[in-house]
Amino acid sequence: MELFDRKISELKELLHKKEITVSDLVDTSYKRIQEVDDKVGAFLTLNEENARTYAKELDEALDSRSEFGLLFGMPIGVKDNIVTKNLRTTCASKILENFDPIYDATVVKHLKSAETVTIGKLNMDEFAMGSSNENSGFKPTKNPWNLETVPGGSSGGSAAAVAAGEVLFSLGSDTGGSIRQPASFCGVVGLKPTYGRVSRFGLVAFASSLDQIGPITRNVEDNAYLLQAISGVDEMDSTSANVDVPDFLSSLTGDVKGLKIAVPKEYLGEGVQEEVKQSVLDSLKVLEGLGATWEEVSLPHSKYALATYYLLSSSEASANLSRFDGVRYGHRSDNAENLIDLYKQSRAEGFGNEVKRRIMLGTFALSSGYYDAYYKKAQKVRTLIKKDFEDVFEKYDVIIGPTTPTPAFKIGENVKDPLTMYANDILTIPVNLAGVPGISVPCGLSNGLPLGLQIIGKHFDESTIYRVAHAFEQATDHHKAKPEL
Amino acid sequence: MSRISTDQVKHVANLARLAITDDEAVLLTQQLDAIITFAEQLNEVDTENVKPTSHVLDMKNIMREDIPKKGLDNEEVVKNAPDHADGYIRVPSILE
Repeated sequence: MELFDRKISELKELLHKKEITVSDLVDTSYKRIQEVDDKVGAFLTLNEENARTYAKELDEALDSRSEFGLLFGMPIGVKDNIVTKNLRTTCASKILENFDPIYDATVVKHLKSAETVTIGKLNMDEFAMGSSNENSGFKPTKNPWNLETVPGGSSGGSAAAVAAGEVLFSLGSDTGGSIRQPASFCGVVGLKPTYGRVSRFGLVAFASSLDQIGPITRNVEDNAYLLQAISGVDEMDSTSANVDVPDFLSSLTGDVKGLKIAVPKEYLGEGVQEEVKQSVLDSLKVLEGLGATWEEVSLPHSKYALATYYLLSSSEASANLSRFDGVRYGHRSDNAENLIDLYKQSRAEGFGNEVKRRIMLGTFALSSGYYDAYYKKAQKVRTLIKKDFEDVFEKYDVIIGPTTPTPAFKIGENVKDPLTMYANDILTIPVNLAGVPGISVPCGLSNGLPLGLQIIGKHFDESTIYRVAHAFEQATDHHKAKPEL
Repeated sequence: MSRISTDQVKHVANLARLAITDDEAVLLTQQLDAIITFAEQLNEVDTENVKPTSHVLDMKNIMREDIPKKGLDNEEVVKNAPDHADGYIRVPSILE
């Protein structure tokens, strides 16, 4: 068994029994990266020298200290839209190619208190806009299960690195599915927490009312560990919620007796592949066997979620990305004649096509004469989508469906038509619009490609999601499947 | 009927401070037209008396004590600026 096939709790025990060292864990990461990352393309920046020095410090602390961080010595990868002090952070965009952050994101500070070792920064779709990592400004990431297919996106590097065994776990961010969809495509566990559960301070903003940072891991228990480390209110993010952070690990009881599951008919409808539907129905049988019950329900406004999302997220993005103007940081054009021209040329040279398209859509939707018809209309439909969830959660504990309508698609298959690419996220987007938490856990393979089961919970009820996901995982072997690279 | 014209696309690009070529304007017109047409399905939804949601959690303004704190060092602040001098960020002249 390889080290990263073990759970955090097992690795901790091995460390304390002196059977392994932190340096062994860090070596495992860099050795694997050297072996496979030319093929996978998960990393944009490595932190090797610092990580090795820090690993030695931790190994000494192992002898001299009696108290240790929650994730002491565990090698982690961080999505490249989360700022890391003195470690290049690019958002996979040419416009930030040489950006060297002067502070740490709050989640990175939490990782430091938990004493993880940062292995490097992970590839993504530029500014988190995309569902395949083909929009990276530097290189595409490949799916470790089949290098001709995409890993999903936008946290494609974060999911692929975990699936390929390059790091034990990683952080991603999810605006419309960007943690859950790549987790599904790469056969790993990815959670989007409740909006407000995790501070967004230091997450380069895409759509501020939807973005959340969350954990990507090989199993549910590790996921709970990582969420525990990064959760909590933060005075630097006024949208982080002042609510108690429960002990997520204590929810992993394996007991789902009496649990009421809602299965939206819209999530098993048109456009969802037969094998995907079947794997969800099989998974529901497993949960029934454990004492849960399920019923079909309706989330009637689901079909409007995609249009609502693209109007709102692009509008927010057009405002958020106005900060990239070639003045304070990032790429500056050499071809500008005056200040306005400097903004225009720097942005034209620095941003990729998808980012430009969304800035254009958002600017249009917010522009005078169109604001009410597009932006405000979408905000109203968002209210109805949110209410769909509230209605279902009055009677049920969790909502279950597939994470994606299909398994991973071929590289290049969807790049020509933005709307087909966007349709990938129809089952994940409503969750962001409603602000509720959702997880993707492996639930089978289709032609050698992983499928994901999505479990959605009430606001701030990640504990129930973890309880269900863990019980399912314990009753099945899907999470044990590994790609051959 | 197209929802957006190439002239409008050029106007929006100016608002967004994005330099675009004529070819890009034509392509963006087609793509935005398709996306906007798709988005107009929202017109089917009755939103009479529905309040807009800008934020999902029930939150009010978050206040904190107004206590002065030390800011970032000037050296750090200009570190990532493409052009700076004497602790200031330099840009092309804005007045003729």
